[in-house]
Amino acid sequence: MPSALRKTALLVALAVIWEVYARWLNNPLLFPTFIDTVKALFSGIASGEIPKAATYTLRLLIEGYLAGLATAALLTAFASATQIGADFLELLTSMFNPLPAIALLPLALVWFGLGNGSIIFVLIHAVLWAVALNTYSGFRAVSPILRMVGQNYGLSKIGYVTRILIPGAFPSILTGLKIGWAFAWRTLIAAELVFGVSSGSGGLGWYIFEQKNQLLIPNVFAGLLTVILFGLIVENLIFRTIENRTVRRWGMQV
Amino acid sequence: MLQVRGVTLQYRSHKQLVTATRRVTFSVSESDRFVVLGPSGCGKSTLLKAVGGYIRPTEGDILLDGVPVKAPAPDRVFVFQEFDQLLPWKTVKDNIVFALTASGKMQRPQAEDRAMQYIQKVKLTEFASSYPHTLSGGMKQRAAIARALAMDPRILLMDEPFAALDALTRSQMQEELLHLCQDARLTVLFVTHSISEALRIGTRILVLSAHPGQVKAELTPDACDETRLQELLFHA
Repeated sequence: MPSALRKTALLVALAVIWEVYARWLNNPLLFPTFIDTVKALFSGIASGEIPKAATYTLRLLIEGYLAGLATAALLTAFASATQIGADFLELLTSMFNPLPAIALLPLALVWFGLGNGSIIFVLIHAVLWAVALNTYSGFRAVSPILRMVGQNYGLSKIGYVTRILIPGAFPSILTGLKIGWAFAWRTLIAAELVFGVSSGSGGLGWYIFEQKNQLLIPNVFAGLLTVILFGLIVENLIFRTIENRTVRRWGMQV
Repeated sequence: MLQVRGVTLQYRSHKQLVTATRRVTFSVSESDRFVVLGPSGCGKSTLLKAVGGYIRPTEGDILLDGVPVKAPAPDRVFVFQEFDQLLPWKTVKDNIVFALTASGKMQRPQAEDRAMQYIQKVKLTEFASSYPHTLSGGMKQRAAIARALAMDPRILLMDEPFAALDALTRSQMQEELLHLCQDARLTVLFVTHSISEALRIGTRILVLSAHPGQVKAELTPDACDETRLQELLFHA
């Protein structure tokens, strides 16, 4: 049986178990049935509430992710160019990597106030270290032979970086991007969930939190499903496609 | 055209100063196939890298057409032993196009024509749009040779290019290289530790001793045979 079919069968089985258990429990406040959850998901989508929350979250995520990437690029360039930069990157990464980004949120709220600024700040923190560290170690791992080939054909400094170092380090860079994305996504949902954002509008985390306050538990489940779906789409569709078109095609996957 | 005069090469490894070659002198003339033969550890690869401009001599100088060699440049194209000298993210054809365009030798449309021409010369036409990791070792080396030849360098620097190939492929590749060199009247500096390869490829052979590499003799293949070279390398 092909793996896609096996997994679909497993999903169906899980849904059936969920449905049976919820019916047996018969307590929609604690554990709504699968069917109710799916209904809540569709009505949430139809009413535009979930799409609005999801768009809000995604916009914030993309802003934070890009800002994190830009900072990582600067830091990596600094680390690749000078010894002190390399030490700086190593030191900061070993300090900040074990610190969950969400732990910085209270401080960020003090510094940047209750709003998107604080969330962007923690997102940068979530993305920065994983991407910078992986890119930097990827650069260092580019084989000496490839470097010599690059020099042999008279590439300029910038050409050498863009045409030898970046593609040569791409497997590692992609790993960094994936880890950075995963951190950012989890951090963002957590940040929205705990603190919400400036009153009124909010993202998926805020949606889940609010529905719980109103005891609309099927909607809470629907919100969680949406978070899962976005995670799956990005990790398995977007990153998988990039992987297939680059490192797999080049025979470079690690 | 290439003059190596009293070149001493040293590098640091584990805080120790290693002398790779000591006062090596030789000169290569137009359309020579000049082979540097020596046991492993005689600094012959280091010497080739110095000619390539990757390492500066601590003593002596290296002149190409009378001009001192200072840095790597596309007039001295390298073919390495390692298979990963092809950029894995480019197809065989794009590897050659990359070399031609990166060095500013020509624009892309012209470069593509030239790439196909040289791919045909090394009999890789069917594999022009394959990625390197799908090729066998021999095919990868062929692609690397095509890339180097397409550059039309002043001198081709080959660092044991066939050492990682099986015996059959190796002898086939030696034959093909000879044909290609004779066609193009190419000047080659070829480094090897194999006596038979030296005799087969070279028009002149420089024998180096080990630790550090010093010139033992310079010969032509007609003036010597395998036993004579063996004696030079391991006895004397």
